[in-house]
Amino acid sequence: MSDAQTSMEHVVDPHMQDHPSPRKYVNVALILAIITAIEVAIYYVTAISASVLTAMLIGLAFIKFVMVGLYFMHLKFDSHTFRRFFITGIVLAFFVFGAVMALFFTRGGPAPGFGS
Amino acid sequence: MSTHAAAPEHHTSTGLDNTKLAMWAFLGSECLFFGSFISTYLLYRNRVVAGPTPHEIYDIPYTSVSSFVLLMSSLTMVLALAAIQRGDQRGLRIWLLATSFLGLVFVGGQVYEFTSFVDEGLKVSTSTFGSSFFVLTGFHGAHVTVGILMLLALVGLSWSGRLEPSSEGARKVELIGLYWHFVDIVWIVIFTVIYLVPTNPSA
Amino acid sequence: MATATGSLPRRGLLARPTAKTGVWGWMTTVDHKKIGIMYCATALFFFGVGGLEALAIRLQLAQPNGEVLTASQYNQFFTMHGLTMIFLVVMPLGVGLMNYFIPLMIGARDVAFPRLNAFSYWVFLVGGLFLYSSFFLGGAPDGGWFGYAPLSTSLPGHGMTFYSLGLQILGVASLAGAVNFIITIINMRAPGMTFFKLPVFIWMSMVTSFLLLFAMPVIAVALFQLMFDRAFEANFFNPAAGGEPLLWQHLFWLFGHPEVYIMILPAMGIVSEILPTFARKPIFGYAAIVFAGAAIGIMGWGVWAHHMFAVGLGPVANSVFAATTMFIAVPTGVKIFNWLGTLWGGDIRFKTPLLFSVGFVALFIIGGLSGVSHAIVPHDAQQTDTYYIVAHFHYVLFGGAIFGIFGGIYYWWPKVFGWTLGEGLGKLHFWLFFIGMNLTFGLMHIVGLQGQPRRTYTYPEGMGWDFLNFIETIGAFTIAFSMVVFLVNIVISKAKREAAGDDPWDARTLEWATSSPPPEHNFDTIPQVHERDDFWYRKYGSPHEQPQPVIAGGADGHEEHIHLPSPSYFPMFASFGLPVAAYGVIFFSDWSFAPLVIGGGLLWTLLSLVGWVLEPGTADE
Repeated sequence: MSDAQTSMEHVVDPHMQDHPSPRKYVNVALILAIITAIEVAIYYVTAISASVLTAMLIGLAFIKFVMVGLYFMHLKFDSHTFRRFFITGIVLAFFVFGAVMALFFTRGGPAPGFGS
Repeated sequence: MSTHAAAPEHHTSTGLDNTKLAMWAFLGSECLFFGSFISTYLLYRNRVVAGPTPHEIYDIPYTSVSSFVLLMSSLTMVLALAAIQRGDQRGLRIWLLATSFLGLVFVGGQVYEFTSFVDEGLKVSTSTFGSSFFVLTGFHGAHVTVGILMLLALVGLSWSGRLEPSSEGARKVELIGLYWHFVDIVWIVIFTVIYLVPTNPSA
Repeated sequence: MATATGSLPRRGLLARPTAKTGVWGWMTTVDHKKIGIMYCATALFFFGVGGLEALAIRLQLAQPNGEVLTASQYNQFFTMHGLTMIFLVVMPLGVGLMNYFIPLMIGARDVAFPRLNAFSYWVFLVGGLFLYSSFFLGGAPDGGWFGYAPLSTSLPGHGMTFYSLGLQILGVASLAGAVNFIITIINMRAPGMTFFKLPVFIWMSMVTSFLLLFAMPVIAVALFQLMFDRAFEANFFNPAAGGEPLLWQHLFWLFGHPEVYIMILPAMGIVSEILPTFARKPIFGYAAIVFAGAAIGIMGWGVWAHHMFAVGLGPVANSVFAATTMFIAVPTGVKIFNWLGTLWGGDIRFKTPLLFSVGFVALFIIGGLSGVSHAIVPHDAQQTDTYYIVAHFHYVLFGGAIFGIFGGIYYWWPKVFGWTLGEGLGKLHFWLFFIGMNLTFGLMHIVGLQGQPRRTYTYPEGMGWDFLNFIETIGAFTIAFSMVVFLVNIVISKAKREAAGDDPWDARTLEWATSSPPPEHNFDTIPQVHERDDFWYRKYGSPHEQPQPVIAGGADGHEEHIHLPSPSYFPMFASFGLPVAAYGVIFFSDWSFAPLVIGGGLLWTLLSLVGWVLEPGTADE
């Protein structure tokens, strides 16, 4: 960040020059909106079984997640160091909470003492 | 957020900005924060001993609209960043205000949702579902609220001429933007996993 | 930033503090060295408090049917002893040393975020005082340091609510500190200081900070859930409403096991600096010890359920976690060989810091081996909740972390204050510490295997535990006496004030390249680093370079003007709102105005943050 040497007005640092144009941002938002519409629509299609619906919803949410991260948070254009922090957090969360959920749901049934 | 490097010269070992790196580190940490709450919800959503079950009470069309509002606030946020990168302070303020407005609509919607759920008999104390739902979405709402405060602070800085027209100002907007998009991303997950994914009461 | 934007209006909410000395100088400082000293001093104060609690516990258990403490007092004392030693002593001592020495060892003038650093300290301080205020407000936490639900959710009084909020506040400090150290190490290194030239202490600090970064949010969630259960009638851990007490255990130990490494890794780093200095050899197997540290940091996430073998997770889960637990002993074992290899064939000088470091290695091996014995599930079933466990974790946390940290205190004392702690009393301190430690905790292995349960305020006669418990109490008082020796040593050495010189130990790393104590700006010129242990090669030359003059500090006559971050009121102010809001939650059902207190506390912190943001990091001069 080299703002100290210059008093010129619109200094843009090199990373930010790679950022997409507003038009590109609008296009991304449009795709996000369409995906959201699809999500809500398939939620109401009774012909889809629960497990297929779950898989589809998670897939669509994943696409939205990745698009916001890559384009709006500029992970596609920025240094990879930034995404490493984020991906570490996400992967670690999936790993440990996946394990915790597996421990609960493979045990079969609620805890002893919970009457059902 | 001028908590900048102690070194007077701004170059860093990696060439990356300290504050931006710190924001990403914080967001990495937040993944585990929301991960814990979402896992708690997943553990409890099928265990309703008293009160309404998730899909008896969720109003999907309503939540879809508020989710859409939050999603679009990410667009206005990046447009604000694009504006200050062009040196357009007025455009910056307009888009920041638009983002805060959409955020406020979302939080207002959440307040309304919470009140109507309470009216329908779901409180924090009703069931484990109630506890995990309100606390998870409540903490998300608190994050949005903090984000709105930061956006309004940026508007104020821009108005009073304290937001530097140089890349330093754009960096501040980008930082708050990262936080804002993260909060949006978390809601993308919450909307799908908490609201849309079908529950299985027999499990 | 100040040069280009000098024309912009720069008003803060308050006039900039200017005091460099005196009380206000300390309270508004953003100098990492002063903050490091405050961290260590506060932590040593709490070490005294936690130690007095331990002495009361040991007096109570010195003989069967003890009547020193009531059961209720005993519960509060052992809970607060654990919380104090973990959150108010070992962690902040590590953080304090990291604060002081990370910038010096990587050749920086301060940490990446000096005001955030001050904020961490003040939050830590108010969090500790908040936790201790519980003693005067209806009773301290009394459900054990790991606060198992549903006991923690159902205990009467406010004790466990203080626990949930006190640890929450301390977590804020840890998280802010972790972010600060990570960015400092990644981004503030001197030119030429590549990652594989970093001192091992810096590597271990970075692994510790990453563990904090990812572990603190997990405990934050668990503590929030506990808080909602206790203060707002939520059902997270209420079995009657379908809640899972086991969820608390998972979340707690998901944090709790990384926490173990958060406490031990800084000590491992300190020892890895002391051993090469006093053996006059480079660390043996630098890459191995660094990778072992990183491996511990990663594998530390896959072993948490070994704390839960006794709850019945099932044979598959128990086997998996038994295997990962045994496996994590491998990188730890690698480090032991690194340390032994460093000493092997070295030109060893048995100064006090080295004694503590060798004590660390020896005691940590014992604690590590008893730890592996818990990995054997049937064996663990026998040991759970006995004094055998108490013996184990005191060998790693007292014999390990505290010995390593005291080694660091003796090692770095001359750098920080400019005078050395006396060797004679230092060695006496070590031997009393070492003997007392083994008397107290060594015998606990035996009474533990004989079945003496932990967390029980008394025991009947005729169990065969009387004599050993009595000796343990003598051991505890030996430790206490050794701390008196330490304090006397400080007083006497301070009176003598024998100038230590810039490099009293003939050390290897950059902090010794500047004056003792270092000037506020640390280095007159930022060093250009060429070698691992760069300072050593500056003194003695290397295959690639001739010996070169040492960059001293402290001289007033340096030519360039150095901009240092300016002191600020706001980090301290911002911390004050947190305990206020927390009191509002604690007395939520007692005070009709509690929501106002919560809101007022948060608003105070918010306004302080506004002042913080409006104030430039470095004041215009």
